[in-house]
Amino acid sequence: MNNDTIVMSYVVPADDFTRAGEASSNVKGKLKKMGVPPEIVRKVAIAMYEGEINMVIHATGGTIDVTVSPEEILMVLKDQGPGIENIDLAMQAGYSTAPDNIRSLGFGAGMGLPNMKRYTDEMEIESKLGVGTTVTMKVKMV
Amino acid sequence: MTIEDIREILGAEYVVGEEWKDREVHTACGSDMMSDVLAFMKDQSVLLTGLCNLQVIRTCEMMDIICIVFVRGKLPDEGMIEMAKEKEIAILTSGHRMFSACGMLYEKGLRGGPDYK
Ligand SMILES: Nc1ncnc2c1ncn2[C@@H]1O[C@H](COP(=O)(O)OP(=O)(O)OP(=O)(O)O)[C@@H](O)[C@H]1O
Ligand SMILES: [Mg+2]
Repeated sequence: MNNDTIVMSYVVPADDFTRAGEASSNVKGKLKKMGVPPEIVRKVAIAMYEGEINMVIHATGGTIDVTVSPEEILMVLKDQGPGIENIDLAMQAGYSTAPDNIRSLGFGAGMGLPNMKRYTDEMEIESKLGVGTTVTMKVKMV
Repeated sequence: MTIEDIREILGAEYVVGEEWKDREVHTACGSDMMSDVLAFMKDQSVLLTGLCNLQVIRTCEMMDIICIVFVRGKLPDEGMIEMAKEKEIAILTSGHRMFSACGMLYEKGLRGGPDYK
């Protein structure tokens, strides 16, 4: 690892469940190549993947910016979807508004946001109904 | 146990990764809900699942899971096979149902890791 700050930006397409996860996969590969410790790579990959899937199944895709610095990895996931009405409720394990067709694809257990919180050192959700959602997560390097 | 041990215990077949058969598996997870799987972070795991789509492979990639067992005889499609090869994830297919497959591996000493907190 060198001391530079690296920024990676992605556009997550709407309505393409098959492609969901491509951005997270790409970040995972790059972090590994940079020599980031495997445990940290895994935490970032899982948290970002859950967020990326949420953007596809609950919103209309969006953008993800990942900033890697010597101290931490910062992920900002932004969408212009319907927004989250009650963030505290959404954060509860088991809470999901996913319809049956999403459940039959293996998502909608209501575990995504709790997982994102568990695997990161800091997480913040900003959401406005009818405007969109921004999820910011940080994983420390040490 | 190894991937090959799992294949033998379940009477399963390789779809991908016979060349990785001697890799050691330490824990297992059985679920059809991917966020359930993603809540479980353990090294060198096997996933048993009845869900068969590309996000199963992606989930395993994120988790560094080394082997997937599709139960109820499910078979992955070409895209899934390609991705599994690229990510070095072995794939087995077994005719057993989820409960039986998990029980057979548990009986032979494979465990599921700590409780969810
Ligand atoms: N980007 C988003 N835009 C709008 N709503 C969201 C977004 N992310 C999460 N939500 C809401 O929060 C709920 C909980 O999200 P969470 O990721 O924990 O569970 P889930 O996606 O429903 O299921 P799982 O993640 O287990 O597959 C969702 O069901 C949805 O109502
Ligand atoms: Mg989710």
